[in-house]
Amino acid sequence: MSVDRRNFLKALGIAGSTLAMGKSFGSPPVSKSDTEFFGILYDSTLCVGCQACETACAEKYGFPLPETVPAAGELRETNEARRVVINCYNTSKGEMYMRRACNHCNNPACASACLTKAMLKTDGGPVIWREEKCMGCRSCMISCPFDIPKFEYNSPNPKINKCRMCYELLLEGEKPVCVENCPAEALLFGKRRDLIEIARTRIYSEPDKYYHEIYGENEVGGTGVLYISSVPFKELGLRTDLGNKSYPEYNKTFLYSVPLVLILWPAFLLGLHSAFVQGKNKKQKEEES
Amino acid sequence: MNREENTGFLKFIMYELKPKGKLLTPFNIISMITILAAVVILVIRFTSGLGSVGHASQERPWGLWINFNVITGVAFAGGAFVVTFMVYILGLEKYRPIVRATVLYALLAYIFYAGALLLDLGRPWKVINPIIGNSFGISSVLFLVAWHFLLYMGSLFIEFFPTVTEWISLKPQRRFFASLTLGVVIFGIALSTLHQSGLGALFLMAKPKIHPLWYSEFIPILFFLSSIFAGLSLVIVLETIGQRVFGKNMSFLNKSSHRDIMLSLSRICTISMFVYFFMTVLVFLHGKNFQYLNTLWGSWYLVEVLGFVLFPCILFLFGYRRLNIKLVRIGAVLTIIGIILNRLNISTIAYHWYDSALHFPTWMEIVVSFAVIFLQILVFRAIVRRMPVYTESPSWVVEEKQIRSITVKDKLFKLNTRREKWKVSAE
Ligand code: SF4
Ligand code: SF4
Repeated sequence: MSVDRRNFLKALGIAGSTLAMGKSFGSPPVSKSDTEFFGILYDSTLCVGCQACETACAEKYGFPLPETVPAAGELRETNEARRVVINCYNTSKGEMYMRRACNHCNNPACASACLTKAMLKTDGGPVIWREEKCMGCRSCMISCPFDIPKFEYNSPNPKINKCRMCYELLLEGEKPVCVENCPAEALLFGKRRDLIEIARTRIYSEPDKYYHEIYGENEVGGTGVLYISSVPFKELGLRTDLGNKSYPEYNKTFLYSVPLVLILWPAFLLGLHSAFVQGKNKKQKEEES
Repeated sequence: MNREENTGFLKFIMYELKPKGKLLTPFNIISMITILAAVVILVIRFTSGLGSVGHASQERPWGLWINFNVITGVAFAGGAFVVTFMVYILGLEKYRPIVRATVLYALLAYIFYAGALLLDLGRPWKVINPIIGNSFGISSVLFLVAWHFLLYMGSLFIEFFPTVTEWISLKPQRRFFASLTLGVVIFGIALSTLHQSGLGALFLMAKPKIHPLWYSEFIPILFFLSSIFAGLSLVIVLETIGQRVFGKNMSFLNKSSHRDIMLSLSRICTISMFVYFFMTVLVFLHGKNFQYLNTLWGSWYLVEVLGFVLFPCILFLFGYRRLNIKLVRIGAVLTIIGIILNRLNISTIAYHWYDSALHFPTWMEIVVSFAVIFLQILVFRAIVRRMPVYTESPSWVVEEKQIRSITVKDKLFKLNTRREKWKVSAE
């Protein structure tokens, strides 16, 4: 994220305590969705809950194979040894499945919280974690709106575990293993923009089957992983109260006011000092002389 | 330094290294046991991971050491920037006697509490990454806070260093460091403003996880405001204890001004707490949070805001109106509890509030937390017993100051005469 001029000016306006001025300086935020990111589309109506994606991921990255199966009413979580899970929910249209893994946000909270850039939004879209940088502060976990990064609490050399969209495979031109191994084609990999087109087409061509929204199109400023289903997302355990603002935006005002405080505050303090202390000293001197 | 001086210096250090005061007091025994236990716990922590001693979980990644020692503890170190502001910037000489103790307390707080941060890092050996610059996460609030901690520790050290030089009689160094004071004070105030609010800003992105009564986009401002009276309340308690413990050796000025300073501090507390309370109410109205008030969370919120902000604020008010120092002290203690409540509410209690189970730290986490505090107190005491924190500066300092003021007067006089000459010639 570069500090662009417009935002900087906007912050200047806000810090100048004239909100109106800030508004006139800033124009509507640029939507990050014009950038070409890769993503994954998950169609809950096609998912059969076979856990092929879980197994493939575990095999690929050397984690224990899944021991539990998705069952309605039982919430399985990703953890330090599991990057993707499929859960089953009792919904208004019967039992349905939902996938849970990193959403590869367009503008990820985790990466902007990370003070070492260990969490990184790559240009292609995957959000990756880099072991050699991470100091284990876990502010990525505090900040991720989906509670996705997981930490190895029981290791002296702990790592953060989360889906990285098989970044290395993508570099070689391949697809993520979960997508590759899904027998029901509930997962699609591609450019995010194309995936949105596909999702829309599916919804429009079968309007009775689908719930008319794409989860992730706008949530938290847009995510790389998109979801469609036949029931409202709330019934499938997705949080619908996260808002459409990208999460790093919540920090912006604070971060932009930092350089201002560092420049203006000392100047102001010096002014005060000369008014109060030096002024007083001078008066004393004058009285004495 | 010739040999004689050298051995003299060594002797001095050896003498000063010896413990002063009684060794086997109840406080010493308890704190030593706690610290020893903490060492054992930390060995376990570093060999088998954080999970083996603490209750931090995937849902609540930060345990007691960060949420209590760092986030809460640093708020209490806020006294230093307020007091230095009053003395060095506003020239309120009245508060001069408490400057040294306050700065020392803050310096130690930062050293030990930033140390607590290291204990909680999963991979502390990577801590240099954001410092040596191979990976600057400049968009990260924690990055900022970490840097400000470091720089501020440096400023506090420089602010305190003249006291050290007085202890080991380093005359020229004293002069040099004392001349830096104003600069570092100004720098330190700017840093404090930012990292006190930055600690709040750490939670800005945790919006969906913190109960709406405690989350707002104004957390940074509230954190900054509350660090003012948190710090001052701690100064009040610290000075009260200081008078009891070190009273015998205290300088006359320190002793005689105590009451007056406490009352004036309570006035500042009243004002800043009232502003804070007012802000809290505004934030509450702004967030349209009425619907939460008659839930259990709402009552808990009211306990914090009414019981531990408004109530102590009123105590402070009556304290200084009626010149009742007891009220001031009670107010200070309540305020401290209130700040602990507030910080823990945001970071632990109302964090992931929708989880069914309440979250408690393990006894091991608590022991380490206390060990950090005890360690800070022990070092504080050791320094106070040796260096002129509460006691009078050695006589050479006073002499030097007089000489300086004479030379300054001299210079000023010369300057004035020169100016007059210039005026004359200009006419
Ligand atoms: S879902 Fe969480 S971990 Fe994944 S990119 Fe978004 S903020 Fe980061
Ligand atoms: S735990 Fe690691 S990846 Fe997460 S914010 Fe801290 S340094 Fe970055």
